[in-house]
Amino acid sequence: MSAASLLPRQSVVEAVFWLIPVVAFFLLPGYLVLGSQILIVGLFALSLDLILGYAGIVSLGHAAFFGVGAYTAGLLAVHGWGEPLSGLVAGAAVAALAGFIVSFLVVRGEDLARLMVTLGIGLLLFEAANRAAFITGGIDGLSGVVMWRLLGVFAFDLGGRTAYVYSLAVLFVVFLAMRRLVASPFGLSLIAIRENKRRMPAIGAPVQRRLVAAYTIGSGVAGIAGALLAQTTQFVGLDTLSFNRSAELMIMLVLGGTGRLYGAIIGTAVFMIAQDYLSGINPVYWQFWLGLLLVVFVFFARGGILGALERLRR
Amino acid sequence: MSFALRTAGLSKRFGGLAAVTDVSLALAPGARHALIGPNGAGKTTLINLLTGVLEPSAGDVFLNEERITPLSPHRRVKRGLARTYQINTLFPGLTVAQSVVLAVLERKGLATRCFRPVSAYREENDEARALLATLRLERDADRRTAELAYGRQRLVEIALALATRPKILLLDEPAAGIPSAQSVEVLGVIAALPADVTILFIEHDMGLVFRFAQRITVLVAGGVLTEGAPEEIARDPRVRAVYLGKDVHEARGTTHEARDG
Repeated sequence: MSAASLLPRQSVVEAVFWLIPVVAFFLLPGYLVLGSQILIVGLFALSLDLILGYAGIVSLGHAAFFGVGAYTAGLLAVHGWGEPLSGLVAGAAVAALAGFIVSFLVVRGEDLARLMVTLGIGLLLFEAANRAAFITGGIDGLSGVVMWRLLGVFAFDLGGRTAYVYSLAVLFVVFLAMRRLVASPFGLSLIAIRENKRRMPAIGAPVQRRLVAAYTIGSGVAGIAGALLAQTTQFVGLDTLSFNRSAELMIMLVLGGTGRLYGAIIGTAVFMIAQDYLSGINPVYWQFWLGLLLVVFVFFARGGILGALERLRR
Repeated sequence: MSFALRTAGLSKRFGGLAAVTDVSLALAPGARHALIGPNGAGKTTLINLLTGVLEPSAGDVFLNEERITPLSPHRRVKRGLARTYQINTLFPGLTVAQSVVLAVLERKGLATRCFRPVSAYREENDEARALLATLRLERDADRRTAELAYGRQRLVEIALALATRPKILLLDEPAAGIPSAQSVEVLGVIAALPADVTILFIEHDMGLVFRFAQRITVLVAGGVLTEGAPEEIARDPRVRAVYLGKDVHEARGTTHEARDG
């Protein structure tokens, strides 16, 4: 595989990919709310791709950091600081700190232990937020999130135009940073850990420290996504921390294809558009079709949608 | 005398099983030292104790007379102690070049850099390519490691270890799993290793052992049976008994034939 010779064609495909949400903004004004959700959850899936797809850490509790980011930005705004960009940074910082602390429990174990630990921490945080209703609003959620104008200019409108453009811009910027990251020596070392954790110390690499760094970054990016949701919907519900959100996220990532960055966004878009469409046809049984889609993909398209496309191109 | 690598009373128990018992080894700088012994003698356990993968139940490991017993495996690599694995332990999804570049970047402390792409590290890429060329792996450089034949993968094992620029190299059965006709490449590589690198190697192929080793340690049931120059080991009746009195003798014969031919 010579990546270099494919590069011109690849960058055309990438440009087209990023034009889709821009075109959608103008052609599908009725779908901007769904569109924003896709962009935000896509960013969230991107953060899981770094730790699962690249570093190989399985996690069923990634919503913990999404929720921490969401509550951080939400609480800031409720208590009088509604500046969006600094809210994002705060959400990222607090989620990254949480991820840093949790990472020491996560990186040591093997896959099953990691699943249990991440699942447990997700449930712990969910219950904590539920009980601490005086801070979080508990089951009723956190309302009264009032956002200031974006960059002091653009108000968050009811049609969701500002929210959409804001989400797209944040996703794009974070995506570019992540793409640099995974192509860097650090990214290569994460892939190598995924490929063979045992060999890494024998080439002089401190595996645990590397995984702590990856987990912290992944948590921080999840926090940005959570903060973005809080700011654009001006509400934070307990579901931001829920197990369901963690589990669906993993489904979306696997559906799109892990370890590819674009897989995270494509999987999210396909999942959420299918969910929107299928639940419109039948609000009760739509999950049946989703389940079927998943099983088909796991059996007939290993590597998800992008994995299948790569095989077709060969 | 100062030793490149030395162990003192090294022991490892797994529950009731004494895998390695009171092993004291000493390798002079630049030594070619073989570790032989029947299956289950504790050879690989000993390597794991030297590299820090296992923690000893008793005893110490010294690198250049400095005690490294408490150091974790990656720190020992940074101090110049590298190893290869008996069973290929590589990065199957990475290309050969990527694997070796990563090892070079790790050695130089550049593997935490997260802005420029790997390809922008020209010097490190060049070094990796040059190393692969010396191992005659250049034509496989851009193939995924998993696509290589097992024997070629054995060379990647050695390339990864060499990329760390070791002062001491532990080779765990470098020719294991390759048909002897194809082991020529691996043997050539071992013969061509820099003279100042101290080498401890485990090997079952006695031809290889008697061709390369300056000293041989015989490990039996976790303990050192004897240690000496190849001629002494070949004459030792206890060693012959361990190897049913044939392998050592015959292997020595074949080696001489090979040399004569």
